[in-house]
Amino acid sequence: MIVEFGHYALVLAFAMTLVQSVVPLWGALTKDERLMAVAAPVSVVMFLLVLMSFVVLTISYLNSDFSVLNVLENSHSAKPLLYKFTGVWGNHEGSMLLWVLILVFFGALVGAFGGNLPSDLKATTLAVQGWVSAGFILFLLATSNPFNRVVNPPLEGADLNPILQDIGLAIHPPLLYIGYVGFSITFSFAVAALILGRIDAAWARWVRPWTLLAWCFLTLGIAMGSYWAYYELGWGGWWFWDPVENASFMPWLAGTALLHSAIVMEKREALKVWTVLLAIFTFSLSLLGTFLVRSGVLTSVHAFATDPARGVFILTLLCLFVGGSLALYAWRAPMLKQGGIFAPISREGGLVLNNLFLTAATAAVFVGTLYPLALDVVTGEKISVGAPFFNLTFGPLMVPLLIAVPFGPVLSWKRGDLLAAAQRLYAAMGLALLLTLFTFWLWGMEKVLAPLGVGLAVWVMAGAVSEIVTRVKFFEIGPKRGFARLVGLPGSAWGTALAHFGVGVTVLGIVTASAFQEERIETMRPGDTVDLAGYQVTFDGAAPRRGPNFTEEVGHFTIRQGGVHVADLDPSKRVYTARQMPTTEAGIHTIGFSQLYLSMGEGRGDGAVDVRVYFKPLITLIWIGCVIMSLGALFSMADRRLRVGAPKPAAKRKTASLAAAE
Amino acid sequence: MTRKQRRLTLIGSAGAVLAVALGLILFALNDQIVFFQSPTDITQSTMPAGQRIRLGGLVEENSVVRSDNAQVSFRVTDMANTVAVTYTGILPDLFREGQGVVTEGIIGPDGVFMADSVLAKHDENYMPKEVAEALKDQGHWQGGEETANQ
Repeated sequence: MIVEFGHYALVLAFAMTLVQSVVPLWGALTKDERLMAVAAPVSVVMFLLVLMSFVVLTISYLNSDFSVLNVLENSHSAKPLLYKFTGVWGNHEGSMLLWVLILVFFGALVGAFGGNLPSDLKATTLAVQGWVSAGFILFLLATSNPFNRVVNPPLEGADLNPILQDIGLAIHPPLLYIGYVGFSITFSFAVAALILGRIDAAWARWVRPWTLLAWCFLTLGIAMGSYWAYYELGWGGWWFWDPVENASFMPWLAGTALLHSAIVMEKREALKVWTVLLAIFTFSLSLLGTFLVRSGVLTSVHAFATDPARGVFILTLLCLFVGGSLALYAWRAPMLKQGGIFAPISREGGLVLNNLFLTAATAAVFVGTLYPLALDVVTGEKISVGAPFFNLTFGPLMVPLLIAVPFGPVLSWKRGDLLAAAQRLYAAMGLALLLTLFTFWLWGMEKVLAPLGVGLAVWVMAGAVSEIVTRVKFFEIGPKRGFARLVGLPGSAWGTALAHFGVGVTVLGIVTASAFQEERIETMRPGDTVDLAGYQVTFDGAAPRRGPNFTEEVGHFTIRQGGVHVADLDPSKRVYTARQMPTTEAGIHTIGFSQLYLSMGEGRGDGAVDVRVYFKPLITLIWIGCVIMSLGALFSMADRRLRVGAPKPAAKRKTASLAAAE
Repeated sequence: MTRKQRRLTLIGSAGAVLAVALGLILFALNDQIVFFQSPTDITQSTMPAGQRIRLGGLVEENSVVRSDNAQVSFRVTDMANTVAVTYTGILPDLFREGQGVVTEGIIGPDGVFMADSVLAKHDENYMPKEVAEALKDQGHWQGGEETANQ
């Protein structure tokens, strides 16, 4: 009975989206305040209804109600409780329900907290959000209903894909979806601005916190997914340029560009038309990602049971939203007034450069991801575009961008002085050069690119630090007053510095982990020892063990350094009983920022196993850098000037008091 | 600098970056893509040695031989032709005799395919999509049209 409640709530939510799509927009166009006021409460009710159906589905999973087809196909009564809960979104229907839940949640946030938005902008934005919600709830109801029942329910379910039975599933999809879907709000704001034909610095100020929020979660989601793949798949790789990864990476790149162009728009009223286009592109890439992942055109862990009707439906939605918004853009964008002008060497110029390289990089990833699909459709020829393609296209485009990153924040608006900017960065340059030479000295000339990569990473990190230090004139005014001014810096300054620092940290991790990784693949018998990067890895033997819904063969390894015991690792091979599906559990030991990574192959029967041992120097920096970037986004969001509706005079008073303090 | 010059600088630099990106993409597409081939494609065509390809098909029953130092050899078949493959490393969890596999590498002078990666990612039908389609082309595919049945 309760299942039907959930189903009914979803149908009701669909009806609400139809109201939401039409009434507020009609009000905005006829300047009828009462009709516009409908938007906010409806958006909240819509969220509550979808939340109710999500809770119902969760209850069905927790109770292992196998009369629900979705639960039957993806759960098992012996599954640990946590995975019963996370299994709700470990399948196509449930994950789309989560997608829609987050979509309407963002709508409700704007409805509930957008009180200081101009009423017509708020109403139109929520109406556009209503269109997107209507499309996806209809998609759920028509092709992917999670509430379908089975007539004669069996006693046991088919269990969840074992790869997904991991704490990673609890975190990765919700984070990623908040990021992905969060860009829908930016999209709705952009389309609303086009419909109303009005866009200004205030618009950018409203849009930026939403973009920051989405970007922050998307960054964490991608990093989490990367770490999950790294430890769960047992290949030791952390990024495969797999189309599914690219599907989340493209909106991230476009979203990063959007963050930066919105700054120009907010501060200088320039780049309006471009910012609106980027907002449309970013969410379009999110939709494209959803299509790639959910339609089954790709074979991967992410592609659950495939059904052509779903692919066609999402493709139709994709064409409608992307085509519609771009047509609207072509029609209305010329009417938007252009703002301030600037010299090529200036903060604006730097941000434009950032946008150029990021969009070019997005285009490269786009081509690499979609070309094989397009070629297959057109000629039937099957090709694969792998890491070499992306290393050759994406890599070179990132290098000039990273070189330019530290210059951006130290250039002044409107007209900058490159020499003066460079002078403020001398220390950073010196440090980068020093570490490049140090790495050369350490490793010799065998790897020419790696020390340069290290230098580049250090340059970006040191650049971010010196931006903050020179900004408060830390060394000129002495540490005591310096600290006081550091604390008083606006959140967005900290945000910029932290995010850029994080980029440097990630780059450092990528360079060292890929260039200086050591790897051994050996067939080991109990008692055998392998030497790697100064560590001795001894295989002591393997023994079987039983888990709640799997059996496993656990290997025991002892790691020593110069005879001193460092750690014990227990990698294993599991077989999940319900699906008879094997998985590899890697054994990982973290030393500082580096990791030793062990994975076992199938046993040979005589006690020997194939073992893969990696030493990955500084690899954890890749993910730590991403966390620092997201922290930067949070700091920027906390900036009171960006807070939605922060009153103008307060900002002025703040600068006045700062000036008085000097 | 006049407004026009500024605009020209902007357009010029945008054009330059896009041209570089386009050049890189075209170069990489020409050089770095890997074609998918079935064992029949390989036996019938004379490929230049050293060309990277993706070979997909079924792992022939009783063909997997493991030797020390984590070396494995097996044969990949599409029921019409077979190709011998060698690989050093750990095979993926889902690698099994009689089931679909995709390997990437080059053909050695002795005609043995030297794989440096082996993939056994698959859907519910235990079959990589490319392999299923290649087998269909050969007329050796029964069933599998039905999706995961309920």
